[in-house]
Amino acid sequence: MAHAADIDHHDASHDDADHKPPFFARWFGSTNHKDIGTLYILFAIMAGLVGGVLSGLIRWELAEPGIQIFGPNSSISLMGLIEQSKHGYNAVVTAHALIMIFFMVMPAMIGGFGNWFVPIMIGAPDMAFPRMNNISFWLLVAAWVLLLTSMFVDGGPGKGFGGGWTIYPPLSTTGHTGPSMDLAILALHLAGASSILGAINFITTIFNMRAPGMTLHRMPLFAWSVLVTAFLLLLSLPVLAGAITMLLTDRNFGTHFFDPAAGGDPVMFQHLFWFFGHPEVYILILPGFGIVSHIVSTFSKKPIFGYLAMAYAMVAIGFVGFIVWAHHMYTVGMSINLRAYFVAATMVIAVPTGVKIFSWIATMWGGSISFKTPMLWAIGFIFLFTVGGVTGVVLSNAGIDYSLHDTYYVVAHFHYVLSLGAVFAIFAGFFYWFEKMWGVKYNEFLGCLQFWIMFVGVNLVFFPQHFLGLQGMPRRYVDYPAAFAHWNYISSVGYAITAVGVVVFLVILLEAAIRRRKAEANPWGEGATTLEWTLSSPPPFHQFSDPPVIKADSH
Amino acid sequence: MAPTSKDDLSPEDLRKIEADNLVGVGPRPKGRGHLKVAAICGVAFFGMVGAAYAAVPLYKLFCQATGFDGTVRKAVAKPTQVLDRKIEIRFDANVRNLPWDFQAMQVSQDIRIGETGLAFFKVTNTSDKPLTGRAMYNVVPEQAGPYFQKLECFCFSSQTIEPGQTVEFPVVYFVDPGFVTDPDTKGKSEITLSYTFFPAVPDAAGTKQAATTPRIVEPLGGKPPRAL
Repeated sequence: MAHAADIDHHDASHDDADHKPPFFARWFGSTNHKDIGTLYILFAIMAGLVGGVLSGLIRWELAEPGIQIFGPNSSISLMGLIEQSKHGYNAVVTAHALIMIFFMVMPAMIGGFGNWFVPIMIGAPDMAFPRMNNISFWLLVAAWVLLLTSMFVDGGPGKGFGGGWTIYPPLSTTGHTGPSMDLAILALHLAGASSILGAINFITTIFNMRAPGMTLHRMPLFAWSVLVTAFLLLLSLPVLAGAITMLLTDRNFGTHFFDPAAGGDPVMFQHLFWFFGHPEVYILILPGFGIVSHIVSTFSKKPIFGYLAMAYAMVAIGFVGFIVWAHHMYTVGMSINLRAYFVAATMVIAVPTGVKIFSWIATMWGGSISFKTPMLWAIGFIFLFTVGGVTGVVLSNAGIDYSLHDTYYVVAHFHYVLSLGAVFAIFAGFFYWFEKMWGVKYNEFLGCLQFWIMFVGVNLVFFPQHFLGLQGMPRRYVDYPAAFAHWNYISSVGYAITAVGVVVFLVILLEAAIRRRKAEANPWGEGATTLEWTLSSPPPFHQFSDPPVIKADSH
Repeated sequence: MAPTSKDDLSPEDLRKIEADNLVGVGPRPKGRGHLKVAAICGVAFFGMVGAAYAAVPLYKLFCQATGFDGTVRKAVAKPTQVLDRKIEIRFDANVRNLPWDFQAMQVSQDIRIGETGLAFFKVTNTSDKPLTGRAMYNVVPEQAGPYFQKLECFCFSSQTIEPGQTVEFPVVYFVDPGFVTDPDTKGKSEITLSYTFFPAVPDAAGTKQAATTPRIVEPLGGKPPRAL
């Protein structure tokens, strides 16, 4: 690997190119990949706070048996924003999922870090289609407005849509007759269009705009991860778009794609949905893999172990991700042979994932490790993602899944890989690139403090949910028998601790904004070898108009 | 990987890199092939949307061809072989969104595998206007779908029943002898045949069909051979 630290970046001579447009043109009509990335990250933080408040309502409700806040006589008022009924609980669960997936993790990872660092890492001056990039962002904002509107209008059984993020018919067709579901479908359409335009932009940028000498096999792993993610988006999102368009026409225009009364089949929707849904979970986690690879390498002061295997493991995960969808629907009544296939195919994913986990560990092995905040998050990611991966292998068995399907065991599993996996990777990336993006330093003590509070908090939230699931507590219910009270209470205490961690996060932002300690170009020293560390912090408004040249080097 | 500036390299290095990578060192041509890559992506996008829609008829064909998910198949001839083994057939009748009284006239029947069975269902229109219904059907266990076959059924077409009228419908069916050799079904000793009557003219699309001629909707089992 190269030594970026001792190379003076050459963009100092481009001060004349650093002329920024006025405020409105810069932030509302932005075509600059770094500014759009910043917008995405601010959007994701905002959406994450909203989604986090919704999960707070869920944990509050489930803190003890009986109806706490989703009842008409509750002592807690939600000020009429959310209906205080059992349907209101379902609507909150649905909104929490949709917001966290489409408006928090995806904008942060792909729109935020992807926009900021993919062009820089491959030595490009900007994205291939800068104006389309701007459209992608504002489409997402429009989708967000539609989704929020959908929460506040009539859904049929009550205010908002309460059928879960999987929007299975008939609950999403005849079960929700109000306009809420239509608005949610249109929100998904717009969010999907935003992501597909973004994916086309990334694919074109990575294929066409690499700096001289930056071959695909020398490309940083984060750029690789975004490339694979972009392909997954391009191939899976249109299927969701098709499926929800069928839902929309079933609801409003008299078609019967999913209506058994006229020869349709609701199980068909589940196949279409999960053909999108399974690649989607890899879309959420793959960019995190890329981020964690850079951080582990940087803070171990070693090149990443098995670079090519790491890159092709992501390609393999992406490919296999398309042929395992029915493991989400073992209970629809598939034949034993079909189930055997999906069990085997699902377990195969553990192989490339294992390659990645072991390569991260091998990168740390014998390295000179410094436990700075990003490294803590990255190691936390590796540990918690592995826990979630192990429960995933358990669930991949159709026989076990028959009893665990739609229980809290599944909830614990996917929160370990997403809430603890993807979100930890986002925090890792956020602190890794904090100085680079904002041009100021964060407080290292507060960073570590937030990590440890959140690490304890999220584990307290989700680890007990394994026990609840194994005891048979089903998902998506507002209430539960007293037998489940103990671990639910502990889970809710964990939420309170996590919330403190989020407050510390906001304090970090505030402290950094007030103190304004000047950032260094490369705060991490010799371990940080990718191109972004050769630029100033923050980078010039336009970089690499004179492209950098990449020499062959050992990985 | 060694990020560096072009200025730090000797001309010799630059030539070597150029030769290594078959790319020019210097400002890149603007927009080279961007639209081509984007167009290929666009084709992939429309291809996948098309595939999602194509999945609907393909899935239907797949279900009919394989009896997947409990899709009951329609037979033209009864099997030649009758086995000694008996199986219990249970009957289930449901109505949704119709003022009809729909019952199976027997709870269950024991028939030999391969033998043709005859069951009756009774429907009464309890409203004061003629109504047209369409029965959808399915068997449990789903794996029995390929083997439970019907020669004659009221579910092959829509049924119109006059106000207050009661109609008895026969169903002629058999269980194919393949049932006892398939590892998915050979241990099973009973099959439940379930019907649900839905209104045949979907009311959501009132404008789409003429008022007098109810649209015949095609059931999962294919086009009806004839009205009963």
